[in-house]
Amino acid sequence: MNIVEKILARSSGRNKVSPDDVVFAKVDKVMVHDVSGPGVLKVFDKLKKQGINTDKLWDSSKVWVAEDHFVPSAEKVSAENIVKLQNFTKNYGIEKHFKYGMGQYGICHTLSHEEALVLPGEVYVGGDSHTNTTGALGAFACGLGHTDIAYVLLNGKIWFKVPETLYFKLNGKLPDHVMAKDLILKIIGEIGTEGGNYKTMQFGGSGIDAMSVESRLTLCNMTTEAGAKNGIVEPDQKVMDYLTSRGAKNLTPIQGDSDSEYSKVFEYESSEMEPMIAKPFSPENTVVVREAPSVDLDKSYIGSCTGAKYEDLEAAAKILKGRKVKIRTEILPAAISIYRRAMENGLLKIFLDAGVMVGPPTCGACCGAHMGVLAKDEICISTTNRNFPGRMGHVDSQTYLSSPLVAAASAVTGKITDPRDLK
Amino acid sequence: MKGNVIKYERDNIDTDVIIPGQYLKVHDYAELATHAMEGLDPNFHSKVKEGDFILAGRNFGCGSSREHAPIALSHSGIKAVLALSFARIFYRNAVDGAFLLPIEIDEDAYHNILEGDQIEIDIKSNEIRNISKNQTYEMKPFSEIISKIIDAGGLFNYKPD
Repeated sequence: MNIVEKILARSSGRNKVSPDDVVFAKVDKVMVHDVSGPGVLKVFDKLKKQGINTDKLWDSSKVWVAEDHFVPSAEKVSAENIVKLQNFTKNYGIEKHFKYGMGQYGICHTLSHEEALVLPGEVYVGGDSHTNTTGALGAFACGLGHTDIAYVLLNGKIWFKVPETLYFKLNGKLPDHVMAKDLILKIIGEIGTEGGNYKTMQFGGSGIDAMSVESRLTLCNMTTEAGAKNGIVEPDQKVMDYLTSRGAKNLTPIQGDSDSEYSKVFEYESSEMEPMIAKPFSPENTVVVREAPSVDLDKSYIGSCTGAKYEDLEAAAKILKGRKVKIRTEILPAAISIYRRAMENGLLKIFLDAGVMVGPPTCGACCGAHMGVLAKDEICISTTNRNFPGRMGHVDSQTYLSSPLVAAASAVTGKITDPRDLK
Repeated sequence: MKGNVIKYERDNIDTDVIIPGQYLKVHDYAELATHAMEGLDPNFHSKVKEGDFILAGRNFGCGSSREHAPIALSHSGIKAVLALSFARIFYRNAVDGAFLLPIEIDEDAYHNILEGDQIEIDIKSNEIRNISKNQTYEMKPFSEIISKIIDAGGLFNYKPD
């Protein structure tokens, strides 16, 4: 069995599972945030009316709560959702609630790794599609809707059809100017936004071995854009060190067997990789940056679970050091822990000297919520994950998806710019 | 189940156009319905009627896990979405929450069923009858688990064997 089959076999108490088997998997960790949490509470209200008991969760210690989409609250509906979350964690005795304005908080997927909340071999479900991110730690990490999350919160398990696995092999270390974001955009450009639908996307090979844990998180994060059920990388010593340095104990990683089966293998050579962008209005609409259309950008946005981890900020700082931005540029570190490191290591000064607005951790404009959404006809280059019509604001705005290096280089020139071509 | 068709002849109708991100903070189902399909068809809310079906191309509902998407459609009166294929999260949200039926159709149905046609869906015989055109098409049968959850009326009413 491959790693995903082994995790799902273990969690469902079976010796063996194969693609298309339906299993009820025991869940190890669950996450809700300020959108899915109130959504789950609506489901609870419905269930109460049907006489289903919602007084107790199956295990409050396995649940954690993030505030990310609409924080800090811009208006009263969002503020009320935060109060609902607060009451939810209080009433159900959930201790892991990361509240904005009280130390560590951030985007849910970023917290999952920054705080070592999810461990290798675990089944982790979250009320958000980019839950796939955390598969980079060697977990089966999958996004679900409110009803499914409510079911997990009350029963501790959920059904899955065992997915077939697409294996993406990267040979050799990526060149300096190419980031994991470029690789995943290239992959989505080739397999399309439906190419991974219902499937696992697994990454391996010497190029993945050479990658930092944060880069692997970027890859798994955007498996969602290919429609995948989950993304995963087999956990190695880097993952173990990453998690233990963040306080994780008793790790029981799972690796795929030597005769692991995959429904298809895709192979990439790092030496052939170039900076990529996805043009409006789909993540599959990709082209190498040097062949990008010459458009006048209005904005550069470096944020989100996809593109505002510490490594992403470091990449942006490398470009922005000693330069000035030519267009409005926002950098929103994805968690307070990242914000703090950026401060301690001088990144914030580089950003402010360049003219950048540094904002608080939030999903913000990535999902068109607030904090710099786009007006009609505005054009943005962004380190986020989706560029569907209206994703970041007005339905007639446009978003180009890129790596932090490309977004920063483009901020300097006001045009879509390959970092290698920056003077 | 009988109803009239609202047709969108395109692939990848994503959750951001089904219910734009700015409404994710809204959890009032009736209010969500007033914004359904706003990113693609601002007239949807005024033209949709109770019992209507949506017909679309491949990968319907791709993007986010927001349950707001099937909720907004269902509370607009939509009883089923017929599409060439569905994104996984939309599909399971629609079924597990018992909001609407996601019906996978073939190219024959996709091309021949037109806006305004009255159709009847029979999930027992896996047939779609086009009453307006007197034609019949096959739908892809539901898998066993999906079929059982639909019969039970959603995941919470389903008792695993």
